[in-house]
Amino acid sequence: MKRKFTLCIIILLGIHSTFAQTKISGKVTDQKKQTIPGANIFVKDSYDGISSSPDGTYTFIANDTGEVTILTSFIGYETLEKKIKLNGKEITFNPVLKEAFNELKVVTISAGTIEASDERRTTVLKPLDIVTTAGGLGDINGALKTLPGAQQVGESAELFVRGGTGAETKTMIDGMVVNNPFFSSNPDIASRGRFSPFIFKGTVFSTGGYSAQYGQAMSSVLALETTDLPDRTSSTVALSSVGVGVGHNHLWKKKKMSAGVDVNYTDLSPYFSLVKQTPEYTTKPQFAGGAMNFRKKTSASGIIKFYGYFNLSSLGFKTLSIDSINGFKNLFELDNQNIYTNLTYKERLGEKWVLNVGASYSTNVDKINLSFDTIRSQSDLTQGRLVVSRGIGKLSIIRFGGEYQYSFDKFDIKGVSHNYYYNTTTKAIDNYSAEFVEADIFLSQKLVLRLGGRGEYSTLMNNYVVAPRTSVSYKLGDYSTFSVAYGQFYQKPERTFILSSRLPDYNKSTHYIANIQKVDNFHTLRLEVYYKKYDNLTIYNPDSTRTNGGYGYAQGLDLFWRDKKTFKGVDYWISYTYLDTKRMYLYYPKEVTPPFAAEHTATLVFKKFFDKLNLSTGFTYSFASGRPYYNPKNPEFLGDRTIDYNSLGVNCAYLRQIKKCFAVLAFAVTNVLGQNQVFGYRYSYDYKRKEAISPPASNGRFFFLGLFLSFGQDRSKEVIDNNN
Amino acid sequence: MKKMMTIVALISTTTYATAQNKKFIETMEHNIAILDTTRDASVLQNQANMFERIGNAEKNEWLPKYYAAYCYVNMTYSPKADIDTWCDKAESFLKKADSMSPNNSEIITLKAQIASARISVNPMTRGQKYGTMAGEFREQAKKLDATNPRPYFLDGTAYFYTPPMFGGGKDKAKPSFEKAKTMFETFKPASSIAPHWGKGSNEYYLKQCDKDSTDKKDSTTEKK
Repeated sequence: MKRKFTLCIIILLGIHSTFAQTKISGKVTDQKKQTIPGANIFVKDSYDGISSSPDGTYTFIANDTGEVTILTSFIGYETLEKKIKLNGKEITFNPVLKEAFNELKVVTISAGTIEASDERRTTVLKPLDIVTTAGGLGDINGALKTLPGAQQVGESAELFVRGGTGAETKTMIDGMVVNNPFFSSNPDIASRGRFSPFIFKGTVFSTGGYSAQYGQAMSSVLALETTDLPDRTSSTVALSSVGVGVGHNHLWKKKKMSAGVDVNYTDLSPYFSLVKQTPEYTTKPQFAGGAMNFRKKTSASGIIKFYGYFNLSSLGFKTLSIDSINGFKNLFELDNQNIYTNLTYKERLGEKWVLNVGASYSTNVDKINLSFDTIRSQSDLTQGRLVVSRGIGKLSIIRFGGEYQYSFDKFDIKGVSHNYYYNTTTKAIDNYSAEFVEADIFLSQKLVLRLGGRGEYSTLMNNYVVAPRTSVSYKLGDYSTFSVAYGQFYQKPERTFILSSRLPDYNKSTHYIANIQKVDNFHTLRLEVYYKKYDNLTIYNPDSTRTNGGYGYAQGLDLFWRDKKTFKGVDYWISYTYLDTKRMYLYYPKEVTPPFAAEHTATLVFKKFFDKLNLSTGFTYSFASGRPYYNPKNPEFLGDRTIDYNSLGVNCAYLRQIKKCFAVLAFAVTNVLGQNQVFGYRYSYDYKRKEAISPPASNGRFFFLGLFLSFGQDRSKEVIDNNN
Repeated sequence: MKKMMTIVALISTTTYATAQNKKFIETMEHNIAILDTTRDASVLQNQANMFERIGNAEKNEWLPKYYAAYCYVNMTYSPKADIDTWCDKAESFLKKADSMSPNNSEIITLKAQIASARISVNPMTRGQKYGTMAGEFREQAKKLDATNPRPYFLDGTAYFYTPPMFGGGKDKAKPSFEKAKTMFETFKPASSIAPHWGKGSNEYYLKQCDKDSTDKKDSTTEKK
């Protein structure tokens, strides 16, 4: 009994005392033999351990004996587990840590794509950059025109990319096509984009080589992604030199659901009475519209989003007819109705699968009165889309899905010409369906291969086409990536041809792109070279049939540099585009450079924030070399060039928090220097007179003054530069 | 005999447990004391590692996780901070602490601090999201423990570092620091190793507020 008791004591004491101590030492490195200071080396489930010193070495005493697990951990590396027997003899152990999976270290596909996103990943632009770019007047497309690849086509709001027409760029909201992303206007006056930049959390501007998810765009895709639930309930009021707007966005308490509505009215009459315009307005431009949204989280990962937009607008003016000797004025009157709706649902199914479903309906009606004709033009689009993606392993992903679009186009024209009354209606209905599959295969963290294809069928074209797409990206270093891309892109001919009875087939382009990009938190450098081949472009034949005998090419170089660090409080970027393009197209007698292409385009965007003055300022300078225009007196078709295009836009904003109201007073001017801008010329029938196509204000200037109030947003809790 | 054995075993395990607990408390006290005197990122990294080790051995204690997170948050204020990575790390520790001690005012306060730290990566684009988040965490922390001065102290720093045009500034910050000051005076930490930080910094910020305060009368009354 006594012996047993003593034994017990000895055993129990044994737990408390240490039999032997083992000294463990070594050096922590990564796979490239770089030393790692600050790593944590310790015995599992014990206090024993230490941090590695600045030279990566460590020494500590372990009090356990027998087999233990030594853990070595450091941020950015996978934790290393090593079983070691401790018996009092000194041990040398040199842990080699493997770099952990890190989003920033994984290559992304960058050829042809410029992304603006709030997500953490380093992107070329942030959504806020779009709003604060001078010269763009808060218009998404205005800001995108400062990026390489886009042309300065001042007479149009559309994006002309790399030798493509405006119609070759497609705008999508949450994957759904937007048929009329711009306000209706007459052909020579640029309008604005319909959608507020504030409703989007992500913008992907792709200038070529894009994913098989997108079709019916030969040159470019602008993919916009709407925001999810707002951070809080808020109301907004906007008062400006051109109109008023109010909005309210409500976030329900549990933060699972939100709904918002905003209405606005724009009237340019007061502005036009102050600033003289070249055309004589019969109806000064007026716009009335609104938008509503609804968002609901259906689960931790599921969200339903609805966005609805409607707008009515009208304008009318007279311009002196270039062909008239007695001062006859041509009339142009336009009434537009536009509705766009978009409903999407996104949900994660299990660990690996993600489902995206969407539906959209839109309609656009333009009623145009000309001096002798009345036109009514309608285009409706109903579409559905389903995309399923599945993750494979840590990084790779496969996406597949399909879309269906039902489009209805109708064009009525009636009028009198030489005592002959005409009234014609043309209609076109198309059932377009497409399916695609695409895989991003990561051969390593540094190398990704994208393989995809898209099949498209249109009942109007009555032709099934398959478009292969592929790209490869390789990460050269922590911040730089090299990418190449190839793809084929089909597009239905422009609407005018769709409505004609002599219908041509799909137009086609093929892209080849090589890109090198270096992006860190403060700098972006991008260089991209491209070659684009056009086939099957629409041409008018002498017998007035239209066929696909056209062809062409575009090649060039895009350069982008952005720097947020060198000058304190200054953010600037420089874009340069070199473009060499020719096409045999429409009524062209031979392959020539089209009027919407400038050889050189350059932009400088500069932004500075004066925090003492609460003032944000910026300017944008745009330059483009002269574009070809048609001179009937020159035997060489499109052989003339306009003068170079120069434009300086400035903006400034004064910010102020007054109680719970956040106020921004903004002022902006386009073409400050009043530089002469000529986009082309119109000739009289007898070629004796010519008239420059220029911006509608006499000196091309536009002034904007606006006050934006936001209530319920206590910005004091928002903009906190916390360094305590 | 059997009874005897049981008693001996019981006594031994309790002494063992107490000894272990004593070791835990002492180790924690020692390492928390280091935190009170340093701002150096490499020292904080070593302390974070230390708390991680303690947490590995003491699986049921939330405080080692809390302090490991605290180290990483404070590392983000150093000049060459890798803010998002460190905030992610801090969050992963806090998540574990949160599951061990739910609805803990101190843990929520630290969450507020992490959200604020993330703003400095890009105040223009992140201000709204993380500023709102930080504010909500501070309010939640106040509700969970009405005597905790730290959320009020963080209110103060939030105002302090917000430019006046966004509704911040020293004048706005001062009442929060003053409120925190009175609360710090009465605040009793639950134990020797419970969170107690912020008092000294609060004093520092109060002085900073007074330094440039244009309202002379206010600062003279303060000096009394």
